[in-house]
Amino acid sequence: MSITAKTEFKPKIVAFCCNWCSYAGADLAGSSRLSYPADVKIIRVPCSCRVNPMFVLRAFEKGADGVILCGCHPGDCHYSTGNYYTRRRMTLLFSMLDYIGVEQGRTRVEWVSAAEGVKFSTTMNEFVEKIHSLGENVRLGDLRCRN
Amino acid sequence: MQRIGVFVCHCGSNISATVDVEKVAQMSLLEPGVVHAEDYQYMCSEAGQARITEAVKEKKLTGIVVCSCSPRMHETTFRNAAERAGINPYMVEIANIREHCSWIHKNIEEGTEKAIILARAAIAKVTLNAPLKPGESRVTKRALVIGGGIAGIQTALDIAEAGYEVDIVEKTPSIGGRMSQLDKTFPTLDCSACILTPKMVEASAHDKINIYTYSEVDQVSGFVGDFTVDIRKKARSINMDKCTGCGVCSEKCPSKKISSEFNRGLGKRSAVYTPFAQAIPNVPVIDRENCIKFKTGKCGICEKVCQAGAVDYTQEDEIITEKYGAIVVATGFDTIKLDDFDEYAYNQSKDVITSLELERVMNAAGPTKGHLERLSDGKAPKNMVFIQCVGSRDVTCRGKVYCSKICCMYTAKHAMLIRDKYPDVNVTVFYIDVRTPGKNFDEFYRRAVEEYGVNYVKGQVGKVAPQANGQLLVQAVDLLDNKQILMEADMVVLATAIEPEAGVRKIATMLTASIDTNNFLTEAHPKLRPVESPTAGVFLSGVCQGPKDIPETVAQAGSAAVKAIGLLAKEKLMTNPCTAKSDELLCNGCSTCANVCPYGAITYEDREVNDHGIREVRRIAVVNNALCQGCGACTVTCPSGAMDLQGFSNRQIIAEVDAICR
Amino acid sequence: MSHGKSQTQKMKEITGVDPYKCMKCGKCSATCPLFNEMDIKPHQFVSYVLNEDIDALVNSKSLWKCLSCFACIERCPRNVKPGKLIDGARQLVVRQRGADYLTPEDIPERLDPELPQQLLVSAFRRYRR
Repeated sequence: MSITAKTEFKPKIVAFCCNWCSYAGADLAGSSRLSYPADVKIIRVPCSCRVNPMFVLRAFEKGADGVILCGCHPGDCHYSTGNYYTRRRMTLLFSMLDYIGVEQGRTRVEWVSAAEGVKFSTTMNEFVEKIHSLGENVRLGDLRCRN
Repeated sequence: MQRIGVFVCHCGSNISATVDVEKVAQMSLLEPGVVHAEDYQYMCSEAGQARITEAVKEKKLTGIVVCSCSPRMHETTFRNAAERAGINPYMVEIANIREHCSWIHKNIEEGTEKAIILARAAIAKVTLNAPLKPGESRVTKRALVIGGGIAGIQTALDIAEAGYEVDIVEKTPSIGGRMSQLDKTFPTLDCSACILTPKMVEASAHDKINIYTYSEVDQVSGFVGDFTVDIRKKARSINMDKCTGCGVCSEKCPSKKISSEFNRGLGKRSAVYTPFAQAIPNVPVIDRENCIKFKTGKCGICEKVCQAGAVDYTQEDEIITEKYGAIVVATGFDTIKLDDFDEYAYNQSKDVITSLELERVMNAAGPTKGHLERLSDGKAPKNMVFIQCVGSRDVTCRGKVYCSKICCMYTAKHAMLIRDKYPDVNVTVFYIDVRTPGKNFDEFYRRAVEEYGVNYVKGQVGKVAPQANGQLLVQAVDLLDNKQILMEADMVVLATAIEPEAGVRKIATMLTASIDTNNFLTEAHPKLRPVESPTAGVFLSGVCQGPKDIPETVAQAGSAAVKAIGLLAKEKLMTNPCTAKSDELLCNGCSTCANVCPYGAITYEDREVNDHGIREVRRIAVVNNALCQGCGACTVTCPSGAMDLQGFSNRQIIAEVDAICR
Repeated sequence: MSHGKSQTQKMKEITGVDPYKCMKCGKCSATCPLFNEMDIKPHQFVSYVLNEDIDALVNSKSLWKCLSCFACIERCPRNVKPGKLIDGARQLVVRQRGADYLTPEDIPERLDPELPQQLLVSAFRRYRR
């Protein structure tokens, strides 16, 4: 048995971005060279409402330290109403996650338009900072998969 | 098992400067299913694409991952390359290692590590990709133009000339828009009406153009090629077929003191009116809010005097439902409200006016018949002050952050015209910067200074104070002289910022077209697709997209028309194959998905299914692929997990999550 | 950090003003009721901060001429608010430490029987290291 030195905390952060606003906002952050930590990895979804709560749970189950969803501003959804569903679903999910020990700070929904490269970058910086302050996450387990 | 090829792009040095591309390729080879990986200078170049097609053939690839710029940039390019190589274009996934990686990270280790993970996620996803085939949908060969100003008129004319039917919807009683309110146009000083009126006539006489004035778009449904639009024809109270446009009704109308919108509130109109003499159609409307007949039930003079019997008080709003293949937004602009700009005394003095109001004052058909006079006492002004950037380039809540673009030029025009017509009037212009990019624009501005003796002062005005003697005391600064200026003026003209027309947000919402924080409609790409909205089938014409002058508006109008014609010329459109699909064995027909679908794309049918040998008829959700836009709302709401989105399936996204968190 | 630079930094911290936002429109100077009394004009305050010449501001007449009417702050279209810079420069003067205006030796001769005790205490607190 060996004891390894505790390495520097490198959070794993999954960002779901809707194709029409937030993904484009992230692209704009990139083309404007507005940096944010490399811990954030973006998954493109057509609309924030495509994000099944199961995806968020899955991420935490696999060791994610934070999950952020970005969509179009209310009223600007490319599909008219998608982000309203996101808002409701995630409010419920996040409060449930908080209850089981995944703090509210690890989950976030943010509206970022295609023109808001700056907002995207500042949001990600803030979010990563928050995750750093919270430290490593508890690992969720899926009882269904246990034999 | 899939055979996946990974192609890592250097993008010159855009990616390779902060990402070790070779390492990304090497590491990708370790992923299951990857049989080929390489890096290349420019993957999107012809040579780069050729490498992809060669590799597909040589290594018998079934899936492709390109690690490059954003999929919004080159996804189509690589999908086409895949198709040429003989594999389904939807077997391509892009790992965005430029915008989301190399451009934002400076440390090469960090950048490389992230790029490897992004590649891994894309590989994990493509492993689960399935070939998809786009559906087809029909194209209605008719275009709708929203807005009947110069932008809308020009777009409609260009589309009609190509042989397609066009409808113009204009909310005011006449087409013509802002340009019809202008007196002269820069930099040639030709009369605005003289160049606009023939266009208006041409549009109204064109057999392919149908104009709905005093009408608004009420509802839009459908999608590119097949929009269904409800147009509300507001009750005009005048029968358009019978009216001869003689004008007797307006003349005899006893309610004459209504502020004229066309004259920017500087003149009066009657309750039954045409906004201006050259209005098209030359048919008045009854403004029901101010009409005595509608208010009290008495009067009815217009009906009595109308020899054609065209007055009809019983008319009601009419909804016209029409199908269109393309929609062009040309809603134009208005000047901002100046209520928050107390320092300019706009609300206190009649002699402080906006530039658009000055256009009406200078116009021979305007409230002063074209005589330059103070609106308070009708006296001829001796000293005039123009203030530029009123509300433009203003980051506070009072103004607009952008440059309104047209003000520098029209101010030079006004100053020049006044000095030309009234040489004894002193004209002072306070400016921050004079911006005159454009053909013959700077020459024009210099002429105002050098030939017409307009006094340009670099500096802003701090305060305009009406004096007891009727004069306006202007306190300003001359920054070059470093002196404060106090001067008396007879009239002050404010180059007021412009903003998109008030109703545009509602229209954008109906069209699901994106709109920015300033209410300008967003273009699909700021440089390469400047006249298209990101929403397919919706095009942008004129100031609704951003501030611009008349020549630019006309150029953009033509460009929007070309895009619309390109769409209308197609017989069929390929639809997005990334649509929802329900698993008939899992679906329990609960109707939850149909409730959240914004497109009404989900219906139910009783279908016989074979569930592990048990044959029975079940109520099952069916997605109409032509209507489904692929948002995925239904997939999450489905309680039984029957609904999934092709191209972004549950398993694919979970695979990406797993790859990232590994 | 040079003197000018550290002073500039301090100025930005005190005021929260970002001088780079200025578009040099001159609205502040056009608005200022005390323009003619000032040696450094309101709009120039921004350039002095940009040029890191805070000493000139601190020693200017304008500092004590400004009425703090906040017209320039109210009307600045770019949220630069030069009035805040003037206020900041005043703060720099007031906050100077070590530059003792009062030493214990001075007290006896300045002592005034009507002077409240608290004033002396707070004067020491402010001006002594």
